[in-house]
Amino acid sequence: MNSKEQVKIIKERSGTDASKCMKCGKCSGRCPAYNEMDIKPHQFVSMIEKGEIEKLLNCKAIYNCLSCFACVERCPRNVAPAAIIEAVRQEVIRMQGGNYINSEEIPQIVDEQIPQQLLVSMYRKFNK
Amino acid sequence: MKFNYYPGCTLKTKAKELDAFGRKSLEALGVDFEEIKEWQCCGAVYPVAKDEVATKLSAVRTLAMAKENGGKVLTLCSACHNVLKRVNNDMKTDENMRLKANNYLALEEPYLGESEVIHYLELLRDYVGFDKIKAAVVNPLKGVKIGAYYGCLLLRPNSTMAFDNPENPTIIEDFIKAIGATPVVYAFRNECCGAYVSTTNNELAKKKSSAVIASAKDEGAEMLVTACPLCMYNLRQNGGGEIEVKYFTELLATALGVNN
Repeated sequence: MNSKEQVKIIKERSGTDASKCMKCGKCSGRCPAYNEMDIKPHQFVSMIEKGEIEKLLNCKAIYNCLSCFACVERCPRNVAPAAIIEAVRQEVIRMQGGNYINSEEIPQIVDEQIPQQLLVSMYRKFNK
Repeated sequence: MKFNYYPGCTLKTKAKELDAFGRKSLEALGVDFEEIKEWQCCGAVYPVAKDEVATKLSAVRTLAMAKENGGKVLTLCSACHNVLKRVNNDMKTDENMRLKANNYLALEEPYLGESEVIHYLELLRDYVGFDKIKAAVVNPLKGVKIGAYYGCLLLRPNSTMAFDNPENPTIIEDFIKAIGATPVVYAFRNECCGAYVSTTNNELAKKKSSAVIASAKDEGAEMLVTACPLCMYNLRQNGGGEIEVKYFTELLATALGVNN
């Protein structure tokens, strides 16, 4: 698969139209993980539109996005940056060896209080 | 009217009090409800990617089971509510999802999103009414300053959740007034707690949760209430511990005199 096809698939998977973005930056202004996003939400929108896929596939932001949907709520053009980030994250974790969590490390970080919901969410978001 | 109650996995384990106080309060308020038999895990997070089908199927099964019994699904955990409501919306509006889910599940009758997903707080507001709750209170929580913590999942995306105004919600403050306490409005009440990165990037979760606690404390809150076990965990474990965090159902049961 060439990168053009890959971009097309990611765009379809996101279900949102990045070309509608008018570059106001409200999505990144509202992002609670802004400082931890090496590629900001508004950059995901413009980079997928330009087809700059390699940088997106190798960024840290896909693991720091909290899927809180604040960016989606604020967008005046009905673009969903969180859905583009999710579509890229899926592209990465579905690859062979793409799992982000090493299951062997989990028992050490699990404490008495940790809710099941957290563990299931984490696996759903970061592993396939 | 009967409500099909969906507790979800965490309410059966780490958040038993959210469930137990919720049930007792419904009984005290005379709400007719029954736990959905053989409910399955909702999946914990809504699969945002359009090409995810299998990860939504367990939610569809639950929704289809409830359809057989009047169609009103009552949720309590914010995450379950978010997942079930969004998957139900897909079954109503997304042809591709509808076709694939029904082909796979092969139910007696295709499921087309007929059920309605109602959160416990929506039930209190829209079906019971805060006035009626106020009248049923025997132990008003007079003078207690409580901050509502909404988080993300109940409010967003508003186009599907339609829970309350996503930027300036009032439903939990109205609930706090109904039980006789004083609501404290603070800036971070609909900010993210840090969610599932608590284990993979604990620093980020700490930053987010402690910002919520600090914002509430600045406005004079003595306690926070939430409907979400994950928010509860983050606020308690990663928030610095300066303010007590409780499930809203515990306060409701206390006010109604059924918290024993």
